[in-house]
Amino acid sequence: MSDFFLTAVLTLDASVRVCVPLIFAAMAGLFAERSGVVDIGLEGKLLMSAFVAASAASVFGSPWLGLIAGMFASSVLAMIHGFASITYKGNQIVSGVAINILASGLTMILTLAWFKRGGITPTLQGDERFLSITLPGVDFIDHIPFLGVIYRELISGHNILVYLAFAIVPVVWWIVFRTRFGLQLRAVGENPKAVDTAGLSVEGLRYKALLIGGILCGIGGAYLSTAYNAQFTKEMTAGGGFIALAALIFGKWHPYRVLAACFLFAFLQALAIRLQGVIIPGIGEIPVQLIDATPYILTIILLAGFIGKAVPPKASAQPYIKEL
Amino acid sequence: MTRDKRLSWINGLLLPLFNVLTAFIATGIVFLFIGVDPIEATKILLYGALGYDEGLGYTLYYATNFVFTGLAVAVAFHAGLFNIGGEGQAYVGGLGIALVALYINPAMSAWIVIPLAISGGLLFGALWAIIPAYLQAYRGSHIVITTIMFNFLASALMVYVLVNILREVGEMSPESGDFIKVSWLPFVHDIFASFGYKIARSPLNLSILVALFFSAAVWFFLWHTRWGFAIRAAGKSNEAAIYSGINPKKIIVVTMCISGALAGLVGINELMGVQHRLFLNFNYGYGFGGIAVALMGRNHPIGILIAAFLFGILYQGGAELDFELQNVSRDIVVVMQGLVILFCGGLEYLYRPVLIRFLAPIKESK
Repeated sequence: MSDFFLTAVLTLDASVRVCVPLIFAAMAGLFAERSGVVDIGLEGKLLMSAFVAASAASVFGSPWLGLIAGMFASSVLAMIHGFASITYKGNQIVSGVAINILASGLTMILTLAWFKRGGITPTLQGDERFLSITLPGVDFIDHIPFLGVIYRELISGHNILVYLAFAIVPVVWWIVFRTRFGLQLRAVGENPKAVDTAGLSVEGLRYKALLIGGILCGIGGAYLSTAYNAQFTKEMTAGGGFIALAALIFGKWHPYRVLAACFLFAFLQALAIRLQGVIIPGIGEIPVQLIDATPYILTIILLAGFIGKAVPPKASAQPYIKEL
Repeated sequence: MTRDKRLSWINGLLLPLFNVLTAFIATGIVFLFIGVDPIEATKILLYGALGYDEGLGYTLYYATNFVFTGLAVAVAFHAGLFNIGGEGQAYVGGLGIALVALYINPAMSAWIVIPLAISGGLLFGALWAIIPAYLQAYRGSHIVITTIMFNFLASALMVYVLVNILREVGEMSPESGDFIKVSWLPFVHDIFASFGYKIARSPLNLSILVALFFSAAVWFFLWHTRWGFAIRAAGKSNEAAIYSGINPKKIIVVTMCISGALAGLVGINELMGVQHRLFLNFNYGYGFGGIAVALMGRNHPIGILIAAFLFGILYQGGAELDFELQNVSRDIVVVMQGLVILFCGGLEYLYRPVLIRFLAPIKESK
């Protein structure tokens, strides 16, 4: 029994680690989509930031500089998306696709040009990356059965970005639902004309939302390459940006529900790794691919309206054209 | 020239031209940024893609794939749908082709087997598009999101099928056995050789004729049939379409099936034409490349043929750059694709205000 308990805790622990970039990217998407801009470029921003953060951390020897550089790179992509889809009223989906493809190509080209290696950056040594933090009292609580294991394995021993990810969700909730900016943000996503009539800048609000999204995606990407791993590798986001997008829809654009969806999807990924080749009595071996595909299947079923209904912000994907 | 005429010139010719040029210039800047002389790179690229028989063969072979996925994206665009799932539809289409080409009676004639295998690709590609289409039409879920999800489902499905079902006993790598010989599409160099002309070996095969055939078919279908008219009408204005008796829901499903079917043809070039077996990620990048091709080709079959040829040049020339220069890999093509999608798609109207101000200004009314 205690073996099973430890395995369960370790699987949850792995879920927490996998969950972090999903949370950052999904919260980024939340700001963008709440403001009425569809952001399918989350994947590209994560990837770009992962690459730039790992490069900067390796060159300057500091994960913090890496983080800042990653946030900057991701924000630049977010601003390109904004320029195309807000200022020039282009198709938001096309521009998002462009961001994803651009990031995929640029990261490959730049690894070769800067580091003379195709698709990877130098490995980060020691404190060039974010290291795990042992929370106070581990030794003390360790003696308590069950709780000790949970505290030691699940709660303590993560790096700072993991704690930041979980801390940022209530902050996002507070901003979106309890501040003046949040009200304006939600209004601009539902009824931009009303916001315009009230004398606020629709474009300004949407740019702000995208910028916040860029910064958040930047942290998510930096986590991947300077905390979770110790270098950038080719296509290391592996669809994380799209899973985050699925989680955003699955959580119906609400921070806490999105967090729950991120954790569920991360748990499925962690489970898929654990269940590889395990034969479950009575069922047999569950194909890993089926578990991998579950987040997408769940999101499709939700979108089809079979389990609740996911209604996006009303003005989403529509550029705002001022009437003269 | 009247102002309307000028405007249509600006929208139809000048804007796309300026957009493509901007994408090229931006790529040039990327070259400069990584310390490569863009002019020299262009020379190598063009020579590699067009300068000799074998290079040209490769260029046309890559272009064939882009014609299929470009047409797929374009057909959907005409109905106002963004099919971002070409990647997955191409992948699953390959499965349809493989099932025919692996399991059909090898004693049958190639005249039966090849059309059947092509139909397999069409059918499976369409099947992979029909669920997102149905969900968009009847359940209101957004086609972009569902087709993205279906890309990932396709890749999970194909890994499962290749690893657990089609992989031959004792083989390590996840790929199927060889297709039966009658399903192989002949190489162009073999055809030439049988007439006594000797040209260099390349993967170029008869799929290119299939691609030309479907380009013409799409053109005829969209502009000269009742269905094609209905699709374009529904794409322009849903309300007007309903008013004239067109059922937009049906249009969504039919259009997406056609779109998926066209994407499903990538496999005939890659699998029946060249590799003669099904393997992982044979479709890689062509689905997304199709978006760039359709945008650049303005969703018209002739434009798509030109754009596909250009991307063929970039793919093959990119491989040559990879070989010749130390600082560049063929991923520069991916950068270029991104820039084309950005400038021909997202920033489509970048130059419009400027061009209108200079070439077709609104005259002050008295």
